[in-house]
Amino acid sequence: MYETIKRYTSAFSVSGREKYLANLICEELKPYTDSIKVDAMGNVIAFKKGKSSAKKLMIASHMDEIGFIVTAIDDNGYVRVSNVGGINPIYSSYQTVKFENGTKGVTVIDTSVKKDYKVKDLVIDIGASSKKEAMKKVAVGDLCAPVANLTRLMGKRIAAKALDDRLGCAIASVSCKNAKTPAYDTYYVFTVQEEVGLRGSLPAAFGIMPDYSIAIDVTATGDTVGAKAMEVKLGNGAAIKLMDSSVICSQFMVDSMVNCAKRNGIKYQLEILEGGGTDTRSMQVTGSGSHAGCISIPTRYIHSPVETIDLKDAEACEKLLTTLVTEGIE
Amino acid sequence: MLKLTEKLCNLFGPSSYEDLVREAIIEEISPYCEKLYTDKVGNLIAFKKGKKSVEKPMVFSAHMDEVGVMIQYISDDGYLYFDTIGGVNNSVLGARRLIIGDNKILGVIASKAVHMQKREERGKCIPVEEMYIDIGCTTKEDAEKYVSVGDLATFVPNFEEFGDGFVKSKAIDDRFGCAVLCQMIKEDRELDTVFVFTVCEETGCRGALSAAFALNADKAVIIESTTAGDMPGISEARRACCVGKGAVLSVMDGGTIYDRDFFEKAVSIAEENDVKYQVKTTVCGGNEARSYQTTGNGCKVLAISAPVRYIHSASCVAKTSDFDEVLSLARLIADNIKEI
Repeated sequence: MYETIKRYTSAFSVSGREKYLANLICEELKPYTDSIKVDAMGNVIAFKKGKSSAKKLMIASHMDEIGFIVTAIDDNGYVRVSNVGGINPIYSSYQTVKFENGTKGVTVIDTSVKKDYKVKDLVIDIGASSKKEAMKKVAVGDLCAPVANLTRLMGKRIAAKALDDRLGCAIASVSCKNAKTPAYDTYYVFTVQEEVGLRGSLPAAFGIMPDYSIAIDVTATGDTVGAKAMEVKLGNGAAIKLMDSSVICSQFMVDSMVNCAKRNGIKYQLEILEGGGTDTRSMQVTGSGSHAGCISIPTRYIHSPVETIDLKDAEACEKLLTTLVTEGIE
Repeated sequence: MLKLTEKLCNLFGPSSYEDLVREAIIEEISPYCEKLYTDKVGNLIAFKKGKKSVEKPMVFSAHMDEVGVMIQYISDDGYLYFDTIGGVNNSVLGARRLIIGDNKILGVIASKAVHMQKREERGKCIPVEEMYIDIGCTTKEDAEKYVSVGDLATFVPNFEEFGDGFVKSKAIDDRFGCAVLCQMIKEDRELDTVFVFTVCEETGCRGALSAAFALNADKAVIIESTTAGDMPGISEARRACCVGKGAVLSVMDGGTIYDRDFFEKAVSIAEENDVKYQVKTTVCGGNEARSYQTTGNGCKVLAISAPVRYIHSASCVAKTSDFDEVLSLARLIADNIKEI
């Protein structure tokens, strides 16, 4: 799992430009699937034939991460940007970022702004001394995101950028390898453009029209300094989603997940996320709809470059997912 | 194309009442396309056979509707209160002339004369809820002879050429795009192409949803008008695009991250053929690309826009040379791209 997380967090994959990670996942999962394809929007759809083809199960984890898009380059060579997805200027300032072409820069805040920072106050210094020099490396429309920075903390805890949702991708990818014979025709889908409004999963779900669907994504925890009241804690196992701002999960899926966890001695906790949406929504409401649920990985400091998780939770999520895939939803 | 742009801009067509625009377009293009129909929500869809047939024709889309207002309440003294349709706000409405409803009644949005404004009201825009339309009636009974609650209104037709190759009008967004599509239909095309004239874009890109679902295309090009910010008080970094600098290609806006490969192909075609283009520099606005991109099985999308100042006002300002660049680029893309 750790190695997969490392590989996936190292790939460039800002919303709208997920093709590098998509290629990586395609290559890696090809031997484990009956077919694998990329659709018009860029979603990777890995298909495994099930014991029964009477039902279809769709699993979604998103490949994209939040980042910045270049909107202008000023005369002194500073790169002006807009956010791609939910950027918090405090979380995103004074860090090293990398562009698709490898150019590096640092995010800094307009020094005249002392409080109430907005995204528009962030600029990127790529070390250029003029507009002309900067334009050799960076153009309007280019994307960038923090550099890869996976760090081991105490025990089995790790911190990195983009664990939202490379960790979900890693869990789905490991599960795809481990689930030898799925109960139903199963589609492991690695979606695009989740961070800008759950866009990629819409056409992916439409193309598959699943009966059951499971999103794998991160969720916040109630155990950070100053956190809102929330039962979810790091290390307390896979979080089974009841609700977030985009979805009320199918009770049938929630019950199946809870029963599956109990039967198999998988550590779990129930989750209600007050702010934030997931691909669960698109899968639930696309076409004729599906029974939709979500396995969430408890994560501290989401959308910062030091998202922090416990690998034990990730392993519990993978085990829960793989068991649901192989034993079926009931 | 400029004559047709003028004709279309001057038509009455707020969102949900695109009938007159659609009729004019049908009259314009019906001799030149193989199949032409209006779908259930009112989108006009035209199939144009090319010299070569393709399995999945590219879709070109432009919207027929314009922003406007809807009459919500008629007061006892014959004034009409209204709500907005699409992104219009109080700053572009004050003291404007409007055409209202089926009877084409002329009205003016009333604004209190400076003499009667209280000190704190001076220099300020009153909110839309407090604005009203005067149609020259003094009682509710009288007003109801001419207009009804639910009637739609838009700015009076006012297309004019002016300055150095500029035009000004209401509704350039997106009658200009409709004119581009009409022109492309009238010409011979290399490849089979589908043209869609949509409804209700200004109220949330709704018409395109049904068209996108029915057509299930894998490539769609949106021909639009987009906000140009080359005016005083807007820093260079926030200008989005400039009038006179050619066709605008978008990487990302408020509703869509465009397909990068499609975008890059459009850039290289523009460069190879000396089409003047610019890349939109601010992430703002949005168009029906978002509907095409995520409906049904999804689709690769591209937007080619004309830069337009004061968009959604009674006096949108654009340059005809930009119109020509958009048309040139749209033609090249229609005739040359089979696969992305």
